[in-house]
Amino acid sequence: MSAAPQDAAGGGTLAGYNFAYLDEDTKRMIRRALLKAVAIPGHQVPFGSREMPLPYGWGTGGIQVTASVIGPDDTLKVIDQGADDTTNAVSIRRFFGRVAGVATTERTAEATVIQTRHRIPETPLREGQILVYQVPMPEPLFRLEPRVAETRRLHALGDYGLMHVKLYEDIARRGEVTISYNYPVMVNGRYLMSPSPIPAFDNPKMDRMPALQLFGAGREKRIYAVPPYTAVRSLDFEDHPFRPNRADAACALCGSRDSYLDEVVTDDRGGRRFLCSDTDYCERRRAEQ
Amino acid sequence: MRAAALSPGLADPVADAQGCFRAVLDAMSRPGSVRRVPADVRPPAPLVPAAAAVLLTLADAATPVWTDAGPDAAAWLAFHAGCPLATSPEDAAFVLACGSPPSLGVLVQGTDEEPHRSATLIAQVAALEAGSGGWRLRGPGIEAEHRLRVSGLPSDFTARWGANRAAFPRGVDLVLCAGREVAALPRTTAIEEG
Repeated sequence: MSAAPQDAAGGGTLAGYNFAYLDEDTKRMIRRALLKAVAIPGHQVPFGSREMPLPYGWGTGGIQVTASVIGPDDTLKVIDQGADDTTNAVSIRRFFGRVAGVATTERTAEATVIQTRHRIPETPLREGQILVYQVPMPEPLFRLEPRVAETRRLHALGDYGLMHVKLYEDIARRGEVTISYNYPVMVNGRYLMSPSPIPAFDNPKMDRMPALQLFGAGREKRIYAVPPYTAVRSLDFEDHPFRPNRADAACALCGSRDSYLDEVVTDDRGGRRFLCSDTDYCERRRAEQ
Repeated sequence: MRAAALSPGLADPVADAQGCFRAVLDAMSRPGSVRRVPADVRPPAPLVPAAAAVLLTLADAATPVWTDAGPDAAAWLAFHAGCPLATSPEDAAFVLACGSPPSLGVLVQGTDEEPHRSATLIAQVAALEAGSGGWRLRGPGIEAEHRLRVSGLPSDFTARWGANRAAFPRGVDLVLCAGREVAALPRTTAIEEG
């Protein structure tokens, strides 16, 4: 987990491509969708998702949102499960370095646009930052109601009884809600929303976050958003309040007892260590020690 | 085509559109904040630079535009944005009002299942001033309360906006333009007269 200078664009920006890869017609269409998404917090807006130079499931939705938002003055950070140095994060950061020539960083505080897969940084985000989530499945009800037309109607009616029954059945069978990631949230008291597969541990960070949160699902062709300072409540019951999970351990590198931890198997005899999932947070803490 | 339609559009279409979009996105996600549109554009009267730049950023062949700005401005928009011109505000995705804006209720509202298919009203006003005085705004995007003073809207506008907001999730979103400045109110924002 080093901070090696792997962001070098390798020969500068690519010739023959529009700024940030997408053509201007596509950007305009995505920009219109983004504005409507911000105006209706938590509502999924369909958009004409384009074929990107990487497969669906590798963040094509997030990349298209980032490409429509980012400008030459932005500083981009990309994380994958909290880490800046994993394949997906490195590839996407290098992609924007080459097609947009933007500055990139691994430090949360220095970034203006942060594209993320499956985590929210531990460092609190501030006003003026934009957090772009890569979303595999935008529909929170899809395991409970497979018909897309029917889920649209349920959202229109605000009828989320199915999800409450699912949570109730978890509690009845196992004594607690057994969703540890992609834990459904209510946005502004109106729309049920998938937070993307972030750990439930991260859900409270979404509530009244000062940064703008944008969500892009490339394969499913949906965009949605949460404006700053918007109420985001994890679904729960009065007698079974929402309780985010965290491994009961300290980070083996920085000793943090507050951050979200990854479990790392170290040998074939049951050895394991817990490490911060957010590499930037962990490195900064170690540098301060 | 008249000579006015030949006055230039965005000088750098890619960078200017990106800058304008970020200004509008920022304004829409922080209702009541006033942003400056970075593009240098000189549209024919009565269009102001902010309204012209916003439309050149967002409108294209897929979005019918209705405007009361007169034939010169309409021809300029159609030429530079490539947008069809709607004959009545009920048919438009973007409604640009230089005079008194049309009633919000007649604009495309979207449906309960597809509330995003609603019109966006771009209203040119005399002046925008954020910070103190004028409307008290509350809603998503606002930490506690934003103040915005808008000069040049009809006196009954806040009542009309209340009806628009009550129809949530259906409803019209508003972009206010004065000179080079832009502010926005999504349908979720509550206005209280200061």
